[in-house]
Amino acid sequence: MRPRYSALSLLRHAVAETPWPRAWRVPDPKPTYDVVIIGGGGHGLATAYYLAAHHGIKDIAVVERAYIGSGNLGRNTTLVRSNYVLDGNTQFFEYSMKLWEGLSHELNFNVMLSQRGQIVLAHGPSQMDVLARKGNIMRLNGIDAELLDRGEVIKLLPYLDHSGEARFPICGGLFQQRAGTVRHDAVAWGYARAADSLGVDVIENCEVNSFVIDGDRVRGVNTTRGRISAGRTAIAVAGHSSHLAAMAGLRLPIESHLLQAFVSEPIKPFLDHVISFGAELFYISQSDKGGLVFGGHIDGFNSYTQRGQFPKVQTVAECAVALIPSISRLRLLRHWAGIQDMTPDGSPFICRTPLRDLYLNGGWCYQGFKATPAVGWCFAHTIANDDEHPLSRCYSLDRFARGRELDDYGVGNWTYKQ
Amino acid sequence: MCPICGERDYTEFRYGGDATKPRPSRETADPKVWHDYVFLFDNPKGLHREYWQHVLGCRQWLVLERNTATNEPGESRLARMDVVTCEGEPK
Repeated sequence: MRPRYSALSLLRHAVAETPWPRAWRVPDPKPTYDVVIIGGGGHGLATAYYLAAHHGIKDIAVVERAYIGSGNLGRNTTLVRSNYVLDGNTQFFEYSMKLWEGLSHELNFNVMLSQRGQIVLAHGPSQMDVLARKGNIMRLNGIDAELLDRGEVIKLLPYLDHSGEARFPICGGLFQQRAGTVRHDAVAWGYARAADSLGVDVIENCEVNSFVIDGDRVRGVNTTRGRISAGRTAIAVAGHSSHLAAMAGLRLPIESHLLQAFVSEPIKPFLDHVISFGAELFYISQSDKGGLVFGGHIDGFNSYTQRGQFPKVQTVAECAVALIPSISRLRLLRHWAGIQDMTPDGSPFICRTPLRDLYLNGGWCYQGFKATPAVGWCFAHTIANDDEHPLSRCYSLDRFARGRELDDYGVGNWTYKQ
Repeated sequence: MCPICGERDYTEFRYGGDATKPRPSRETADPKVWHDYVFLFDNPKGLHREYWQHVLGCRQWLVLERNTATNEPGESRLARMDVVTCEGEPK
């Protein structure tokens, strides 16, 4: 058992000469496990943790192709919020928000949740109506939401372009105070350490090549480090969900697209909230190191390259400068891309599959990071009970066939427009 | 690469979805066939065939072969010349 982190252990360690012990083991894969989870991102690690902590299943392996958190968990813009419209999404993401609020204590690892508040801006009266409706839906579900008029936005965010020259004049916004950011790497490390201390094997550099299929049942995986038999197998590999599913002979309602994120050179603190532009898909916040972290739409065509296209850099930079003219001289420090599963309705899957003992979590579109704790919670329930959790029942694989799409943005059936 | 305009910048084109799926014939009544056509994707990591429109050029719809693992483009031809139209119907 690893030492608990506390102020006292920090002090004691400051005077000790021994280095901190490893936060989790580096185990070799055993030939067999009760549950094998493919994908050592936030979702896979959280699922392993909740299975071990709340469902009494401790014989678990999380197999990861590279190192943990090397996929989309390390590539997102770290935002957490729960401002959704449709029943199903609203309750699920609010549950996730509540789990975020207690996560550092639950894991004994500071994930640095910063509830700095998120403001979605409106640039016209009709958009104000949309935000008012959204705010009302949130409040009816017990979620905090406050509609701001133009004066209140100017007071809160004086550095936005409120002049007469603004291409998209700001009329107001919707404020969720409990929204904010989380340090994404700490989520990987916190869940890995907590799961490991409960006996979960976190196996890095272990790529799955195929499934062991016996009739209509999945009995394990063949990996680059040998065969691993499993009572139950779970897929949590957003970006490559179709790729893995194809190994099991399944076709999914998913296309893989690129989403870029950007960080500027660090500057002194000036952007205190998370801000979402209303005229384009664009969101910006400032990290603790001072860099402005922002992102926009997906690149627009399917790709597995993890490389962004330059024209999108320009579009996103134009959004940034249209919204906050004072940052026009800032230099971009880095930009990168992650592969995301885009689904026809913009909503994910946490469900059983047509094959027995094979479970799927994927299709996360833009929203995988903020969902991490609730995904772990619900996916663990699904795996342990061979049944969907009430909160994620709406995220089934057959919802299109049943006419139960959850298209929160009202985009329609195009993966690349969601 | 546009078969009419030649090699053009990619920003002139707009993606229009998977071109590998043949549209079921209009008489198809089985909802499963339509479900699979509308909602399911092979989403391959590697060679793929997809629709693009040359929106800032000749505005033709194209079918492009592209490697989704490298973004390397291959052959392109006019979509109306392509075989993937309605199954069992004249082109």
